[in-house]
Amino acid sequence: MTTLSEKLHVVDVEAEAERAEDTSVAADPAPVLSVRDVRISDRAGDREIVHGVSFVLTPGRAVGIVGESGSGKTLTCRAALGILPAHFEVSAGSIEIDGRDIAGLSSAEWTALRGATISAVFQDPASYLNPSIRVGAQVAEVIRVKKGVKRGEARRQAIALLRAVHLRDPELVYSQYSFELSGGMLQRVLIAAAIAAGPRILIADEATTALDVTVQAEILDLLADLREETGLALVVVSHDLAVVAQLCDEVLVLRQGEVVEQGPTRQVLHDPQHEYTRLLIAEHEQYGLDKFLAPQLAPTPDSQEDA
Amino acid sequence: MSTESTAAPVEPVATTPSADPVSAVPSAEPVLQVDGLEVHYGLRRRRRSALGGVSLSVAPGETVGIIGETGSGKSTLARAVLGLVRASAGSIVVDGEDVGSYSPRQWRALRRKGVIQYVFQDPLRSLDPDLTIEASLAEPLLLQGVSREEAATRIRAFLSRVRLDEELLDRLPGELSGGQRQRVAVARALVTDPRLVILDEPVSALDSANRVQILQILKELRAEGVALVFISHDLGSVAGIADRIAVLYRGELVEVGAARDVIASPQHPYTRLLVGSAPTLHTAAADRAERAALRALLHA
Repeated sequence: MTTLSEKLHVVDVEAEAERAEDTSVAADPAPVLSVRDVRISDRAGDREIVHGVSFVLTPGRAVGIVGESGSGKTLTCRAALGILPAHFEVSAGSIEIDGRDIAGLSSAEWTALRGATISAVFQDPASYLNPSIRVGAQVAEVIRVKKGVKRGEARRQAIALLRAVHLRDPELVYSQYSFELSGGMLQRVLIAAAIAAGPRILIADEATTALDVTVQAEILDLLADLREETGLALVVVSHDLAVVAQLCDEVLVLRQGEVVEQGPTRQVLHDPQHEYTRLLIAEHEQYGLDKFLAPQLAPTPDSQEDA
Repeated sequence: MSTESTAAPVEPVATTPSADPVSAVPSAEPVLQVDGLEVHYGLRRRRRSALGGVSLSVAPGETVGIIGETGSGKSTLARAVLGLVRASAGSIVVDGEDVGSYSPRQWRALRRKGVIQYVFQDPLRSLDPDLTIEASLAEPLLLQGVSREEAATRIRAFLSRVRLDEELLDRLPGELSGGQRQRVAVARALVTDPRLVILDEPVSALDSANRVQILQILKELRAEGVALVFISHDLGSVAGIADRIAVLYRGELVEVGAARDVIASPQHPYTRLLVGSAPTLHTAAADRAERAALRALLHA
């Protein structure tokens, strides 16, 4: 059994290959992220946009948030990262990161928390990288600042991270510019930067939406690996129920700021209670591969549980 | 569908057995017949093949889905069939006309006739930002010589079929939502009663509700006999609408077959990788070892 502190230092480089042993999840019940009845309001319009979201995330677990554009899923994530857009605020409820209430954190405290404890990747990786700086240097910079190591060491760790996210030639990628890399490669670089300081929570907000399906599968595999090997806790946000189903233990279905359904993934998929969830599933069955595949195979356990 | 023995090599071009009656295609004269189509980009040493000998036929009333990822050549195929890029070899026959050797002027005349229409991912590309929705919809009809009054009547009759409100007719494209705009683009493509519509990623920029709505509209219109070529990287949308699926990989069609066969028993390793990578609700995607084996096979 790996201890928590070991897990935390796992991303600290090297020897990824040797860490294939089990990291059972149940061992550590202390939540890394607690969201309690969070409501988010737009002060400008004096409107409540998110009407109460709650979930608890322990190390190595994954929770998924599904909903259409405008359902409030991204706002919920941004609240947890302390980056709500101007004139939006958490108007009720509480968010705790690693046992610490985020209400009233100073911007210096947020800077210390982001990257080191909670981190995120978003849909359009290219827009988060500076096009005129080599991508490796940008990952190394995160390491240098967050860990206070020297440049040479930061570079070494950055290359190790690029290797850890399965980029085929990490030294070459290190020296390339963002326009030289494909969308899938850029998203790997962003994930490398996001986990560089060994965070305990990673928010993936539509992180695979813009990618080809075979590349999406590789990125989802990578997230599943990080979760298993380092105990990283995941919040996976997607408009696609199937993406969330593949990766998450628990699902929240959000509609117009309201959680219409919440529960263990298998239960939500196989016994949906709310009509909107049923609609999402029906759409997938009608306009998805399931209509050709579902009748042949009985419902199987979630893929990540058979490790 | 997934077994242990998937790493076994498969012939590069495999056509799935089409014993499925659902896929029964009307034996009428094809509305699109493409043979040995090749497209190259660049000159001399920089010349690169984008399409390497693609052959495909589409029957009236049939929907053929073309699935392929970034760089597979699917948009090049769409553009070649619309006369927007020049084929370096092969033939394209649209509604009995050999259009492969058409001059740009003949292409414009053909497109004006409204026999072949198109819908792209970004409706702003097919809609003039300075024309009202009504003017945009009337344009293809007016080009055909339809009178203004007749065009106005036909547009209004058509609106409900694409779930658009009459009050949108006075607006500009920029004033509509993405889903509404794409429905306008679909309406514009179909209002002339074309024989063939090429749709290149028509639902990729839309959210789920709008995606489903467009797919439903296309299904209804297809029942009236128009042939659709539906190009997408999204296997789910293609599976949801296509009678047959053609898989494009590195500029070549590696598999063509009835939708059910291609999804449920893909023959080519690339098709297996695609299907195995797509997340589904009730079945686990192909496991990682299987995908890694397929990838190794493809890159060998």
